[in-house]
Amino acid sequence: MAEAALAPGGPARRRRRSWVPYALLAPGLLWLAVFFVAPMVTLGSQSLQEGNVYDGYTLTGNVGIYADAVGKYWPHLLRSVGYAATATVFALLLAYPLAYFMAQKAGRWKNVLLVLVVAPFFTSFLIRTLAWRTILSDTGPVTEVAQALHLTDLLQLLHLTNNDTLLSSKFAVIAGLTYNFLPFMILPLYAALDRLDPRLVEAAGDLYASPWQAFRHVTWPLSLPGVVAGTLLTFIPAAGDFINSRLLGNTQTVMIGQVIDSQFLRVLDYPLAAALSFVLLLMILGLVTAYVRRAGTEELV
Amino acid sequence: MAWVRRHLLFLAAVLVLAYMLVPNVVVAVFSFNDPVGRYNYTWRAFSLDAWANPCGAAGICQSLGLSLRVGLVASLTATVLGTMVAFALGRHRFRGRAGTNLLIFMPMATPEVVMGSSLLTLFLMMGLPAGTLAITIAHIMFCISFVVVAVKARVATLDPRLEEAAADLGATPLQTFLRVTFPLAFPGILAGALLAFSLSFDDYIITNFTASPSSVTFPMYVWGAAQRGAPVQVNVIGTLMFLVALLVVVAGQALAARRERSRAG
Repeated sequence: MAEAALAPGGPARRRRRSWVPYALLAPGLLWLAVFFVAPMVTLGSQSLQEGNVYDGYTLTGNVGIYADAVGKYWPHLLRSVGYAATATVFALLLAYPLAYFMAQKAGRWKNVLLVLVVAPFFTSFLIRTLAWRTILSDTGPVTEVAQALHLTDLLQLLHLTNNDTLLSSKFAVIAGLTYNFLPFMILPLYAALDRLDPRLVEAAGDLYASPWQAFRHVTWPLSLPGVVAGTLLTFIPAAGDFINSRLLGNTQTVMIGQVIDSQFLRVLDYPLAAALSFVLLLMILGLVTAYVRRAGTEELV
Repeated sequence: MAWVRRHLLFLAAVLVLAYMLVPNVVVAVFSFNDPVGRYNYTWRAFSLDAWANPCGAAGICQSLGLSLRVGLVASLTATVLGTMVAFALGRHRFRGRAGTNLLIFMPMATPEVVMGSSLLTLFLMMGLPAGTLAITIAHIMFCISFVVVAVKARVATLDPRLEEAAADLGATPLQTFLRVTFPLAFPGILAGALLAFSLSFDDYIITNFTASPSSVTFPMYVWGAAQRGAPVQVNVIGTLMFLVALLVVVAGQALAARRERSRAG
């Protein structure tokens, strides 16, 4: 960690008393300790208890619940990771040209475009996801155009839809996830590309690099911190999301978040739900750690 | 065709923006719909009924009021706590910096469904009933990290020599903070507060785990309504929210531009 760069020293600081930073940190960190860290402990503890909601639970150390949970719901876990990864790739493909345009070509329109990129957030995301039901509805213009162009046939061939409509399908869920988390991909990419000096790309051209080579060897490597931050900010919430699969999917597209939600709040099987929740957390932490190691960017905050 | 080739990047950017903004347009257009039956998914006829009576659907404005109250309390508290942490990180040396950074980063890297369900188990064991208090505690928790990131980014750009100059001119640490550091960091603090408010206002997943039937926030109302057929008023409030937020952002940008000009001139 680049601590020296984060906290430049100075005479003003040396005069301050040493308890000041701890006093500043204490309330915020205490809040996170009690309402973020402690719940992880109670979640783990809940998963190892047996009993029911009415008679109460006792801690029995029933580790077998994890085998049960994974054995029963591994398709949902895999599906969640698969959908989230697919949506992340599509979001990257869509976000990169827009972020590049904003950062390098937009000139004085930059701020207007930035407002437009965050504008979707101005309307509640549940309402916007419901709007996709209108857009993709069976009799709507989007479906009719897709049918006329035989895109619906292609999607069916790829097993992304089950019939010649678009809604209530794998396709709709992934499109919804891509849409919902796209701004989280665009903003870090924009931040990285905004810092890119266009003269570096020109220099590559002067040295006879083709546009593709210039992109591959100059622009892309320099935008990697943005790519890493953007893919994480898209993948993590997408993997736990169940709004899209619930509103745009069908019974074959149920994601793990939806299972955890219904096991906790409707089935009331707390130990199983807690175990699933823990498995999801560990799985995402594992994937994210491996990814960040590979990408070689440890400083993300 | 040559034009298309030359403007490929521009076209791609426009198409992606369209993909992002079409749902907002659809929400606004369908706020003027006069649907037949319960489902407002297909266009029938133009009507101003819902705009004339935005609270016309039972419970919708109560839920909106609750979301505004929770959002206000949660974003203010998170802004105070988060700003303090950001100042400690940006302006002080202390032991445990790496651990602090990790603790701030973790809530942003944890899926909401995990945070929501883990809070449910904590509140169960503490005996804290689900409801407005539980929702507010949860919202403060997930907002803190975002405030820290927003304020820290601003504090990092501040020139520490300005504070040193104030100290050299005899200002006490408190005076330096109030007259120099805080005003300079204010845009970052405001950005963090607005982000926290919108995160709190829009949260469904974590709220769902901490809410009771008598504490229905606006997203929870929308979710419930979506199961039975959402009333047109949902679109009206969605559109109003969009307009208010747009106004705030445009005003903020205009203000920043004016300040920039007056500084340059």
